[in-house]
Amino acid sequence: MEYIIELLDKNGLIVAFLVTGIMVYFSEGISVKLTNKKLPGSAIAIFMGLVIAYLGGILTEGKSGIADIPGLTGFKVMGGPMFRDFAIVSTAMGASFAVIKKTGSVGILSLFLGVIFSFIAGVGIAYAFGITDVESLTTIGAGACTFVVGPVTGTAVGASSDIIAISIAAGVVKSILVTIGTPFIAPYIGLNNPKSAMIFGGLMGTTSGTAAGLAATDPKLVPYGAMTATFYTGLGCLMCPSVLYFALKIIL
Amino acid sequence: MLLRGVALLAGCYIIGQIIGESLGHYLGINNNVGGVGFAMLLLIIAQNELEKRDLFHVEMGEGVMFWSKMYIPVIVAMSSIQNVRVAFNNGFLALLAGILPVAICLIFMPILSKSKNN
Repeated sequence: MEYIIELLDKNGLIVAFLVTGIMVYFSEGISVKLTNKKLPGSAIAIFMGLVIAYLGGILTEGKSGIADIPGLTGFKVMGGPMFRDFAIVSTAMGASFAVIKKTGSVGILSLFLGVIFSFIAGVGIAYAFGITDVESLTTIGAGACTFVVGPVTGTAVGASSDIIAISIAAGVVKSILVTIGTPFIAPYIGLNNPKSAMIFGGLMGTTSGTAAGLAATDPKLVPYGAMTATFYTGLGCLMCPSVLYFALKIIL
Repeated sequence: MLLRGVALLAGCYIIGQIIGESLGHYLGINNNVGGVGFAMLLLIIAQNELEKRDLFHVEMGEGVMFWSKMYIPVIVAMSSIQNVRVAFNNGFLALLAGILPVAICLIFMPILSKSKNN
């Protein structure tokens, strides 16, 4: 048995291709038979991924979902940042440069609004829960941006590790919510064209959440949303431990 | 020809990531600033330029299209390695701090969408 698991891990990426293929196959079936194509197969597959990530986390108490289970470690490669970013970039082929140029300024505005208001919302919630020191508030506010901004900011301002853990958790909740919620909310917020996708990416910021959510809504929108979202984490890491931290210090 | 397309994509990817990483480095934050975005812009520009010169072969496009189609499976794999457990186990504070920002930012969607392009 052990040598089989070893073999699977040695060929991890191929195993991940196979398992993901099976998941996508079944979710297509569920989409057609159970929901009459109302829920796209990709949305079901992404949700299935989150469920098995949760199961993997419970079984192994690890951080990497299903990839912590022996024999399935290749998921870390296939679902890791290298393949994700490479695939996202490839979606840009055929995207309209004219639209991006035209929407550029609103996209930048949406980025700033997204970071600032996520931060304020995170700080407000933390404050309501009785946290009062500026470092912890800043860190949780940063976590409300993305799960990368939280720990980067927390380390920069010297927050405690349990607060950093909460900030990561907040970012992960946000990413999961955007992943699952985007296809449902899309019709109500006019998310059906490249311009609104760029604004959406800037406001939400979580690259993984936006990319997955848009993929489940309309794959044609992915490059536009990802284009702005990719600047969000950098902007958050830039603003949270500096401008927003000092602003909060002055207010409190 | 197929590989030329993949190589074009890889080239744009690496150059974009270097720009993003350098930008982060010089801004003093240990993080990539828009590497993927720059790479996407490069790919769009490269495709346009090559097409203008009639150098963009159909098969080259197929080399890029393959990865574009692999996108959803990659995202499914990405979902499968998220730390979902930590999101559930950190209680109400984390849950609300994740939900409220999304709700608030959504309010801006219609306002910004209606704004005029300039």
